[in-house]
Amino acid sequence: MTGDRIEKQVELKAPVARVWRALTDHEEFGRWFGVRLAGPFEPGKESTGQITYPGYEHIAWRATIVAMEPERLFSLTWHPYPVDPDVDYSAEPQTLVEFRLQPLDGGGTLLTVTESGFDRIPAHRRAEAFRANEGGWAEQMRNIRRHLGEPAA
Amino acid sequence: MTATARARPPRTAQAANVFAALGDSTRLALVNALSDGSRRSIAQLSAGHPVSRQAITKHLRVLEGARIVRQERAGRERLFALDPAPIEDVRRYIDWVSRQWDARLARLRTLVEAQA
Repeated sequence: MTGDRIEKQVELKAPVARVWRALTDHEEFGRWFGVRLAGPFEPGKESTGQITYPGYEHIAWRATIVAMEPERLFSLTWHPYPVDPDVDYSAEPQTLVEFRLQPLDGGGTLLTVTESGFDRIPAHRRAEAFRANEGGWAEQMRNIRRHLGEPAA
Repeated sequence: MTATARARPPRTAQAANVFAALGDSTRLALVNALSDGSRRSIAQLSAGHPVSRQAITKHLRVLEGARIVRQERAGRERLFALDPAPIEDVRRYIDWVSRQWDARLARLRTLVEAQA
């Protein structure tokens, strides 16, 4: 875990074509992600549905598909966890989720998932013009943890 | 932690405010200056900074808005102190999101490797 970005990397014992299908076929995506989607994914289009994962059934799924480059890149933006159905989350920051696929020797797939943009601020606060930070977020979090007397993770 | 607590992650907007508030080197320096638990005046916090007192006041206001810093009155003086809770909340939030991905990817693995 680094700062405002999450990156996960897994080696899967399945060919890229198989992984690509599991990511981009909306019914297969729903099976592992835990969501019942209204229809197929399409770049530039909104995807809607209902989370089916136990404990989270009250959460609606809404994402915008950004890119679908066959067997290479699948990406979308979303509001990670809108929980309260009575709150309008449209002003809240969206994060970008990217799935990158690379074939491995031996027929497997290296899948890299990144979720970024947690520091994006709501539109109505953008006028405060935050300056680009020095050293990046990971460094800042380390600094803060050090100063708070915690081990740097 | 109860299942209900797990199902109610922190609001993204609150986390974003904290991230944004910390995403500035002057504000981070102010947080660092207060991270020893001390209470300091604007004059004390401005010392050693190349920016004006007014600018420092503005930065402190942003930190206050994200509830990272709170104001206390000591007689006629205004003192500023750090509240580490929002920073901890943000860390827990990111950890929570991270665990969600671990679980999802484990399910994805089960799905794609089952038919291999």
